[in-house]
Amino acid sequence: MSLEILGITVLWTFLFGYVMVGSIDYGAGVFNAYSIITKKDHILSKIIQRYLSPVWEVTNVFFVFFFVGIVGFFPQTAYYFGTIFLIPGSIALILLAIRGSYYAFETYGSRGHKGYAFMYGMSGLFIPASLSIVLTISEGGFVDIVNGDPVLNYWALFTSPLTWAIVVLSVVAVLYISAVFLTWYANKTGDKDATELMRKYALAWALPLIITASGIIFELRSHNPAHFERILDIWWVFGVSFLLWIATVALIWSRKKYSLVVWLLFGQFALAFFGYGFSHYPYLLYPHLSIYEGFTNQAMAISLVVAFILGLLMLIPSLYLLLKLFLFDKDYVKGKRK
Amino acid sequence: MLFEDPVFASRMLTLLTLTFHIIYATIGVGVPLMIMIAQWIGIRKNDMHYILMARRWARGFVVTVAVGVVTGTIIGLQLSLLWPNFMELAGNIIALPLFMEVFAFFFEAIFLGIYVYTWDRFDDQRKHFLLLIPVALGATASAFFITVVNSFMNAPAGFDFVDGQLVHANPIAAMFTAAMPTKVSHVIVTAYMASAFLLAAIAAFKLWKGSSHEYHKKSLYLMMKVGFIFSVAAALIGDFSGKYVAEYQPEKLAAFEWHFETEEGAPLLLYGALDEENQETKYAIHIPFALSILAHGNPMAEVTGLNEFPQEETPPLVVHYFFDTMVTIGVFMMALSFIYWFGIKLGWSFVRASWYRLLIVIGGPLTFLAIEAGWWTAEVGRQPWILRGIMTVDQAATSSDYVGWMFILFLILYIVLGAGTVFVLRRIFKNNPIEKDLEKYNKGGDPA
Ligand code: HDD
Ligand code: HEM
Ligand code: HEM
Repeated sequence: MSLEILGITVLWTFLFGYVMVGSIDYGAGVFNAYSIITKKDHILSKIIQRYLSPVWEVTNVFFVFFFVGIVGFFPQTAYYFGTIFLIPGSIALILLAIRGSYYAFETYGSRGHKGYAFMYGMSGLFIPASLSIVLTISEGGFVDIVNGDPVLNYWALFTSPLTWAIVVLSVVAVLYISAVFLTWYANKTGDKDATELMRKYALAWALPLIITASGIIFELRSHNPAHFERILDIWWVFGVSFLLWIATVALIWSRKKYSLVVWLLFGQFALAFFGYGFSHYPYLLYPHLSIYEGFTNQAMAISLVVAFILGLLMLIPSLYLLLKLFLFDKDYVKGKRK
Repeated sequence: MLFEDPVFASRMLTLLTLTFHIIYATIGVGVPLMIMIAQWIGIRKNDMHYILMARRWARGFVVTVAVGVVTGTIIGLQLSLLWPNFMELAGNIIALPLFMEVFAFFFEAIFLGIYVYTWDRFDDQRKHFLLLIPVALGATASAFFITVVNSFMNAPAGFDFVDGQLVHANPIAAMFTAAMPTKVSHVIVTAYMASAFLLAAIAAFKLWKGSSHEYHKKSLYLMMKVGFIFSVAAALIGDFSGKYVAEYQPEKLAAFEWHFETEEGAPLLLYGALDEENQETKYAIHIPFALSILAHGNPMAEVTGLNEFPQEETPPLVVHYFFDTMVTIGVFMMALSFIYWFGIKLGWSFVRASWYRLLIVIGGPLTFLAIEAGWWTAEVGRQPWILRGIMTVDQAATSSDYVGWMFILFLILYIVLGAGTVFVLRRIFKNNPIEKDLEKYNKGGDPA
């Protein structure tokens, strides 16, 4: 495997981690807000708080890891994306900041204001939407090189159906992933009402997910035919992903094997996510920047890989400890321990 | 618009974000060590006051960490948004410590999460204490790595620059630059110092307001002692920093001191006003030979003056005031904490007087002002360079418009976050005064 491929695979894996962990987190906030509006918060709030408390900072680090890592492995992305991403990036940052800090203020301070819960939930929809714009931009067609500098064509971006398809997918995926995960989690805590409610949400978002995902592939056909061709070349990856989705929905429907359901969910998204990434290869930004042109020098690449391996050796045991103490500790999960 | 020029707007936005982040970052680096010290003493002496100290500090700390993390995330991404050309170049050569920093944060975040939620999980308190070690190590390691990046900007090394192309990159050599030893140690030590004086100021505030609880007295005494030790270290390393600057960034030192003509046995200037046209200084206090000592450790040494450098490569002269602010506060806090420590030992009554406690209360924010002033000194003093001798800020900045608008958005954000922090911290401690915590603790309960 060449260093370029290794680098992008590591980064893509971390982005996948962020998409999954982040979706659970964002979706939980939305469901929490929704349950307050519909006066069902007595059912949901507890499990949501219990799950979120110890892990939110860890979620954020996945994101930081991705953008620090991409500048390390592919310094030219800083130049291209940095220049054009100023406004969507700043908006996403401000939303992230409000969300992260108010979450902490609420949890560590004193809780209770409904307005916060509502804002918090809304930000969970807007953050994925604004971050997903990067994916749209990377498909090409929205960036012109003017006097040697990349310039984003906002008009083209906001009138493109592709943009909106991706935005909608990001939101729907957040809700679906989160609902499925929380169904399992609520079931684990032994909370029947919460499980039933989350199960209902999971089923409700299952179909919209598949429809929007197919919509994007369809859009790509006209927007970026080269990418579309490459997707067709590996159609079976998306096919298997689709089968996993069917299995997930079937099991949730029949209220069976919720732990298996979570694995299927991860499998479904992993296949789709890596399939998408693979078909995007070798471009970081169609057609201006590929992973080969944008790659860092040999010495930096090797030292980053070494640092990464050493870092993982240190992190994996710690993460294991965290999960063991909170997510998988029977007493904690059931609320017998603080 | 206010900010027509993207370069200027980018500088202002960077200044704003870093100035805000550094407050939380400093707390994030220093306070875990203070919690460790308190908890350790508590376990050793079996004194619940110290245990509660650790516990209450940790309760406040998680709030500041949250804001530290979000503002840190902002600055991390903003560097690419505002300085794309710089990050492209820097990515090739200094990405390694930035990358390692993320691991350090990750490590810290995980253990902090565990620490905060497991006060009552362990029968043996010492096990819980052990969880703090990775938190403190992770925090200091992240300060180490980020400051390594900043050192590189001041004294770039570890590559060759041929025809505008970067060749022979050596990431390890880029980390261990000439600026690194003094910069890293000065930053870490001043973070400890500032955190100690901040916690001391809180205790002094309670006493000043009329409480006479043992808890606050113990906390004040402990933090003044710790703060004194680190303030001595800060001044010593600051002196070494001066020698580094004299050697590697002589134009910067000359700007700190409004030192125009190269001369031997140069005096140190404090405060004053400058007539830039005639290069004349007024009202300044002159300390003979002191600049030569700061720069080279020898009263007769020659110190290079500003006139030796091309005008467009000299930094703005306002840095003189930043530098003086930092040094003045450093000396003041050293004296204040030293007198307090000895005063308590020797039973001088004035150190317990209301006015002395008020001075300590003011000392907390002042030390943070010193941190800010220090960064403004170092960063504005690097102008016009972003990578000294290699790339200027003009070349580095983004070409996109609207940076000025972003400045306004972020300014509002920071006002909200800053006010939120103060509001929430006040509410937490108002609802849980120490008396209440102690009572709960004595009943064998769990002080929330
Ligand atoms: C509590 C804060 C504090 C205090 C009391 C001091 N410093 Fe400082 N100083 C800093 C906080 C700081 C800092 C924020 O940590 C800086 C900014 C950049 C850096 O490397 O450290 C800094 C930078 C800095 C620099 C510039 C380094 C550079 O540009 O690379 C010098 C020459 C000194 N300091 C010297 C001193 C001296 C002689 C002090 C005598 C008391 C002193 N500092 C006290
Ligand atoms: C002396 C200067 C700095 C110190 C000591 C410092 C320290 C810290 C600390 C301790 C945190 C974690 C939050 C906390 O524990 O409070 C943090 C967050 C962060 N800082 Fe800073 N920082 C400094 C400057 C910078 C600069 C210049 C950058 C930009 C490159 C930066 C990037 C970040 C990032 C990305 C995070 C968030 C990481 C996460 O999500 O966990 N920091 N910083
Ligand atoms: C670690 C704590 C740091 C603090 C508190 C800090 C502080 C500052 C301040 C106050 C400015 C404004 C100077 C001016 O407008 O003239 C500045 C400029 C800047 N800093 Fe730093 N800095 C830190 C480290 C870093 C690091 C690690 C990086 C890069 C990775 C960095 C990148 C920049 C850039 C790009 C500018 C804008 C150029 C300039 O105006 O000088 N800084 N910084």
